Amino acid sequence: MALGLGCTARPGKSRENKTGSWRVFRPEFIADKCTKCRMCMIVCPEGCIGEDAEGLPVPDYDYCKGCGLCAEECPSEAIEMKKEEK
Amino acid sequence: MKGDEAACVLFDAGHRACGGCAAAMAARFILEAAGKDTIIVSSTGCMEVFSTPYPETAWNVPWIHSLFENNSAVASGIVASLKKQGRKEKVIALGGDGATFDIGILCISGAFERGHDFTYICYDNEAYMNTGIQRSGATPYDASTTTSPAGKCSYGNPRPKKDLPAILAAHGAPYVATASIAYPPDLKKKVEKAVNTPGPCYIQIHAPCCTGWGFESEKTITIGKLAIETGLWVNYEMEEGKVTRVKKVVRKPVEAYLTEQKRFRHLFKPKRNDAEIAKIQAIADRNAEKFGIDIKLKA
Amino acid sequence: MLEIMEGSHAVAKSVGLCRPGVIAAYPITPQTHIVEALADMVADCSIDAEYITVESEFSALSACLGASAAGSRVYSATTSQGLALMFEVCFNCAGMRFPVVMSIVNRAMGAPLSIWNDQQDSISLRDSGWLQLYAEDNQEAADLHYIAYRVAEDHRVLLPAFVCFDGFILSHTYEPVDMLTRKQAESYLPPFKPYHRLDAADPISFGLFAAPDYYMEFRYAIDQAMKQARSIIPEAGTEFSEMFGRDYSGLTEAYRIDDADCAIVAMGSICGTVKDAIDEMRNAGKKVGLLKLRAFRPFPEKEVQKALAGVSTVAVLDKNISLGSKGAVALEIRDALYGSQITVLDYIIALGGRDVRKKDIATVVASAEAGVGDLFYGLREEVLK
Ligand SMILES: Cc1ncc(C[n+]2csc(CCOP(=O)(O)OP(=O)(O)O)c2C)c(N)n1
Ligand code: SF4
Ligand code: SF4
Ligand SMILES: [Mg+2]
Repeated sequence: MALGLGCTARPGKSRENKTGSWRVFRPEFIADKCTKCRMCMIVCPEGCIGEDAEGLPVPDYDYCKGCGLCAEECPSEAIEMKKEEK
Repeated sequence: MKGDEAACVLFDAGHRACGGCAAAMAARFILEAAGKDTIIVSSTGCMEVFSTPYPETAWNVPWIHSLFENNSAVASGIVASLKKQGRKEKVIALGGDGATFDIGILCISGAFERGHDFTYICYDNEAYMNTGIQRSGATPYDASTTTSPAGKCSYGNPRPKKDLPAILAAHGAPYVATASIAYPPDLKKKVEKAVNTPGPCYIQIHAPCCTGWGFESEKTITIGKLAIETGLWVNYEMEEGKVTRVKKVVRKPVEAYLTEQKRFRHLFKPKRNDAEIAKIQAIADRNAEKFGIDIKLKA
Repeated sequence: MLEIMEGSHAVAKSVGLCRPGVIAAYPITPQTHIVEALADMVADCSIDAEYITVESEFSALSACLGASAAGSRVYSATTSQGLALMFEVCFNCAGMRFPVVMSIVNRAMGAPLSIWNDQQDSISLRDSGWLQLYAEDNQEAADLHYIAYRVAEDHRVLLPAFVCFDGFILSHTYEPVDMLTRKQAESYLPPFKPYHRLDAADPISFGLFAAPDYYMEFRYAIDQAMKQARSIIPEAGTEFSEMFGRDYSGLTEAYRIDDADCAIVAMGSICGTVKDAIDEMRNAGKKVGLLKLRAFRPFPEKEVQKALAGVSTVAVLDKNISLGSKGAVALEIRDALYGSQITVLDYIIALGGRDVRKKDIATVVASAEAGVGDLFYGLREEVLK
């Protein structure tokens, strides 16, 4: 790969860094309790919570660092932080 | 739709911020509000370092970093160049509190006085985090940092926070606002307003830092809210130098905020320091009076 | 067409003809007449540039960096204290590969405070990654700006450039200067084509940080670009010579050196005095010549070796001093001639505006022939007692 002149880079490359490996606790989403308020998607510092066809949140565990903000801020207690099994 | 194609298109995943980092949240909120036709000029600091280790960049908008203290001068040049070329992109200079309150203030003052059409956004985590939590001009009174440590003859940072919004409003900035990552819609509205107001605008975003302040990563928003609920941080807008909007609260005593963070632990352990806590309460009381934030509950 | 004009105005007019889109500069003696003249041109709409009246030199170069990144040709000018204030941005600009062109109106560095000429300011930035060209007279100072833009913006180079000329001695002196016409300037220097730029239609991140696994390769790439400039400067200079008849085809310029025993090496306006002194010494039967360095960065090692191959003694006139060592030019010349039998002697001269006359040059040559050198020339012994 040629060097980006003057230390430049094009978008997309940070995705190669899979920050999911940092995780100690893992957010588990309980569909039954979820009211689709989207709070978790708004607060996630990684921006790594998407949604499925029904509007239910889908975390991308490749990037989720397990910070617990989504679970803390979920008004319906629909996210539980569980110790990561490795 | 899979998660990784979701929420953040303009500020991407894979960045190396600590889990629960408010600065990372702020980056996302800012870009969601400003949109893709925005050029970001970052200063050296956590946000720059965690988002751009070569060859990885988390920025999907045009982005530039030059030095710690010159982002508003670099932005001046970009604005001039865009004007000359007849281009319409928005320019946002983005700096930490160290870059903004301290080392970069010469360039910021110059750029505001000249009246360039850009927005300066400070993500205020109240210390130099990237170099290991040293105090800045934005560090609050009594916060313990690595250069203002609490000790036998020190209660932490000996000075109150510099009033930078007032300083920039005094430059004639048409729009100055404070915001918090704890209130994303409000933050985004302010960014949108700033980038669409001609002339130099300033937004200061309270960005709690779990690593530097000493709290668990899931508490970032809780802490942000407590700062507002105690009156130690006030969310307001200034238009043409006048305060036009303020977030009102039913105030809690400052302890509610202080006890949640290790940087204030010395005020409670080994023994409660009533005199210092009273001084911090007085800061909150002055804020409340100055901005009229108190919601008076009916007895 | 020949016009009698002040050096600063000749430079300002040439810069205007180079058509920068953004100018950012901060006034400092003896650079002020340049930026004032450019401000006049902008105020009269005789050039179409955005002029940023920055609050410091630090911001001047930072603004140029930003404007260059956004896709504009940019210009600044400074000297001594102002250049020192830009130190951090200078390294940054070169490392980020922005082809900024900046006039350095050479002046001494304080302390003691001095507004007068030597070359300590630009020489002190020799390791920053900027091309450094030095002018002997106002004509050359004016012309080198076109060449500097051509080379800096060449996609084979992409480095910023200093055009250096001596404060007061040139900047405030009236000389006849042949100005290019607008058409000539446009035909020699085409519009700026950025290699890449900040652009929402094609977002790029500029100025990432490099960990140890990449940093050295980026520094190597800058050094390679510098070395590339060793052939691009003569290429651009030759084309200029062919179009306008003034010869800038070399990184160096030799004067009566072919059969010389002793060669003087110098940069900038002092070369004029040296040439006159050489003519007198030649008339007296002394075989003396001059090698003038037009480029100091990149350093023209090969040209120096070739030009000095036949001499036995070299006297280097250094208008700077790397305190605790020697003059910067002498160090380079010694390095270039390493392994040869040639004696290289250093003369720290004309610091802080101390006058140099023809007889001083003759004294230097006599000292060199006697093997006496590596000294400050012309010290007032009486004030040192
Ligand atoms: C001229 C200069 N001085 C000091 C530094 C070291 N330095 C880099 S980042 C930083 C602190 C950044 O603090 P702030 O702006 O608050 O951003 P944060 O890291 O807290 O997000 C310092 C002191 C530098 N890079 N450049
Ligand atoms: S735990 Fe943190 S990183 Fe993971 S999905 Fe929740 S908010 Fe995002
Ligand atoms: S130290 Fe603080 S500001 Fe820096 S990345 Fe970590 S949480 Fe964010
Ligand atoms: Mg900070």
